[in-house]
Amino acid sequence: MSGHVHEHIDSTKTYVVVLLALLVATVVTTLVAFVDLGNFSVVVALLIAVCKMMLVALFFMHVRYSTRLTKLVLIGGLLWLAILLLLTLTDFATRGWLNTAGK
Amino acid sequence: MASEVHNAHVESLALREQFDTEEQQKDASTLGMWIFLITEIMFFGGMFAAYTIYRSAYPTVFAIASSSLNVTVGAINTCVLLLSSFTMVMAVRAGQLGQRKMIVFFLILTLVFGCVFLGVKAYEWTEKYEEHHMPGQAAFHLEGTPLQGPAKIFFSLYFAMTGLHAAHMVVGVGLLSVIIFQTMKGKFSADYYTPIDISGLYWHFVDVVWIFLYPLLYLIDRHLPK
Repeated sequence: MSGHVHEHIDSTKTYVVVLLALLVATVVTTLVAFVDLGNFSVVVALLIAVCKMMLVALFFMHVRYSTRLTKLVLIGGLLWLAILLLLTLTDFATRGWLNTAGK
Repeated sequence: MASEVHNAHVESLALREQFDTEEQQKDASTLGMWIFLITEIMFFGGMFAAYTIYRSAYPTVFAIASSSLNVTVGAINTCVLLLSSFTMVMAVRAGQLGQRKMIVFFLILTLVFGCVFLGVKAYEWTEKYEEHHMPGQAAFHLEGTPLQGPAKIFFSLYFAMTGLHAAHMVVGVGLLSVIIFQTMKGKFSADYYTPIDISGLYWHFVDVVWIFLYPLLYLIDRHLPK
């Protein structure tokens, strides 16, 4: 009964490497904001943020070792977030199309 | 046989009566926390949706207002929070290994980094107050744009989003204090450290929210001449 529930114990080195990657990404995202990329600057900023999120989730939050059910719940949650953002934006992006008074 | 039946009903922290195995109990706790975090994603998601709509409506004002924030302090605070996530995961690792002193050491470090983050945040808010960038102030004024209304929208979103995030940090600091106390009382071992693991998930989640808040609030079109 005293068997370890957690079979996966990452090494300190792994965590240090992830931390360094996160710190470097923070510096990169800060510096790249001062470069004129036009409309792509927000794309780059979000791409870097998503990469950082993946690092934190997969390594620090142990999603790599999570059960399938937990992974499914997480993906389901992100899907709902996408619905929240996308459906709201379809409304705001298309209001002008019909030329209706008061929109 | 009789003693086996008896043993099956001996409760421990790692195996409560309603679970078949320790693994099942651990998985249930983890799943429960993740479901709570999903509700948190939706909670913050509403704010990100509002942010997206208003930024697309007033891109120039948002860029000017964003550039009035102190990017150096913001970047340093981001690093502090990432460091706190690192010390948090190290505390969980110490839990996996059953090293109580290391758990306490890393949890206290996490607590300190968390408090530093909140302190810097308070400093930034004070700065915004003194610059009359706080919506609701009679003297509210953002330099460099005639559109003061949309500027107020940016700062309303700034204070609401960083404020909600900071409120989560305060809760996290409370959680850390409790599990530090429990660890020192000897509650956790390699067989049972679920509260540390679960609190870690919460702490990392709050970190992830900041990972998005930082570029979205501080780093809008910094290259533009203001």
